[in-house]
Amino acid sequence: MSSFANPAAQRPGDVAGTLRLLAFLALSVVLIVLDHRGGWLERLRATANVAVQPLWQLAGLPSRLGQTVREDAVTRSLLAEDNRRLRNDLLVMAARQARLQVEADENARLRGLLGAATRHGLDVQLAPVLNVDMDPARQRLLLDAGSSDGVHVGQSVIDAGGLVGQIIAVTPGTATVLLLTDLDHAVPVSISRSGVRLVAYGIGRSDRLEVRNIPVSSDVEIGDVVVTSGLGGRFPPGFPVGTLVDLRPDDSHAFLVGDLRPSAQLDRGRDVLLLREGRTRAPEGAQPPADAPPAVSPDAEEPAAPPAAAPAGTTAPERATPAAAEPAR
Amino acid sequence: MNRRGRLWLLPVSVLVAIVLGLLPLPGPVQGLRPYWLALVVAYWVLEEPEHAGLGLAFGAGLLADLAFGTLLGEQALRLVIMAFILQRFRTQLRFFPLPQQALSIGGLLLNDRVVTAVLHLMLGLPQLPWTYWLAPLVGMVLWVPLFLGFDALRQVRRPR
Repeated sequence: MSSFANPAAQRPGDVAGTLRLLAFLALSVVLIVLDHRGGWLERLRATANVAVQPLWQLAGLPSRLGQTVREDAVTRSLLAEDNRRLRNDLLVMAARQARLQVEADENARLRGLLGAATRHGLDVQLAPVLNVDMDPARQRLLLDAGSSDGVHVGQSVIDAGGLVGQIIAVTPGTATVLLLTDLDHAVPVSISRSGVRLVAYGIGRSDRLEVRNIPVSSDVEIGDVVVTSGLGGRFPPGFPVGTLVDLRPDDSHAFLVGDLRPSAQLDRGRDVLLLREGRTRAPEGAQPPADAPPAVSPDAEEPAAPPAAAPAGTTAPERATPAAAEPAR
Repeated sequence: MNRRGRLWLLPVSVLVAIVLGLLPLPGPVQGLRPYWLALVVAYWVLEEPEHAGLGLAFGAGLLADLAFGTLLGEQALRLVIMAFILQRFRTQLRFFPLPQQALSIGGLLLNDRVVTAVLHLMLGLPQLPWTYWLAPLVGMVLWVPLFLGFDALRQVRRPR
């Protein structure tokens, strides 16, 4: 209708159009800045995320369907083979676990002797990764489990290799994970060999982390395994974060900068584990002074623990200790 | 008359474009993913100027920002810029033959990449890998089938 290219008629429309452009541009810039600095938009995002949730589910559908079809199409012999291998693995793991359990007990006893808080066992929840491609410039992951499954903001996320990241947003059906490698992410870590404490920063690449400000004289070598130190209280201690692959002097030549290769499979796994925080930290801290003869009491606490509880061993220590800690207080 | 009845296509196509943008692709070809949303918005801005303008671009961009987890307003800004340029040159663009139109759309998508790069540079975000600069080419190639497909869906007859 108004599509005749008539310069005279176009003038007023031009001005209005430019004004509208400026208004929209200003609006988006304000939004970008608000979202970039400080989480003023957190609430808005949280509510709006619920609205886009169906879109995510829809986009994740094909890959989930494909997976189901593939699993259905697997032949019997393959399944049997799989089963045999898995049972074998389970046996090996159980044996290894039993040995670890003995060490863990011994560790607990020694720590009891030292009067330090014990490290607690793992209580985890498996969460499938919703296979959706998010913005490649921001390192995020979407999980197909949300607040209705007990997921909450701040939980640590791990996989078989090590630390993956932490939960930063939750909707009833999904949760967003901020990966270690995001530009906004930092983890307090320590070198597992020498105990040197450092901080690992994400640099926005999925295969690298950076450790800055390493004193030149400190005991750090290429090939060192870096684990979470537990300082800051966000991440539990002792989870592998990465391996040091490069060390170089920084711009000031007063410190070293190290590159880490993350130990977790950050780019594409199918499932991750969510750590449930052990609420045992406080009671356990209070425990050691309570039992005066420490050499005997931890022994008596978990007599059945080592070999018998091996398959369920991941959850056993945590469950066992609070029960024992309560009467002691 | 017919065109009026087919306006429901607009929101549907925007939603479909966002879902297509979220679909997981294997790693190496990830960068080649065309910016579906831009193509769809471009079509509507060209063909339905009474219903689709900067407002549509802004709204669709915001929705996509939420869905993709980009900075809120980033895609809104990019789409608004694109829609504005399209509106300005709409009269010329509409009478271009399709291949030439596809070329200009390719140029707009390239411009969109530049805008993104500048935005990321200003905010200190990491730049995207170089393969992402190939996406405008894919988008350009897709423009012709997309355009004809939409026309067929809306049953528009145009003398060509």
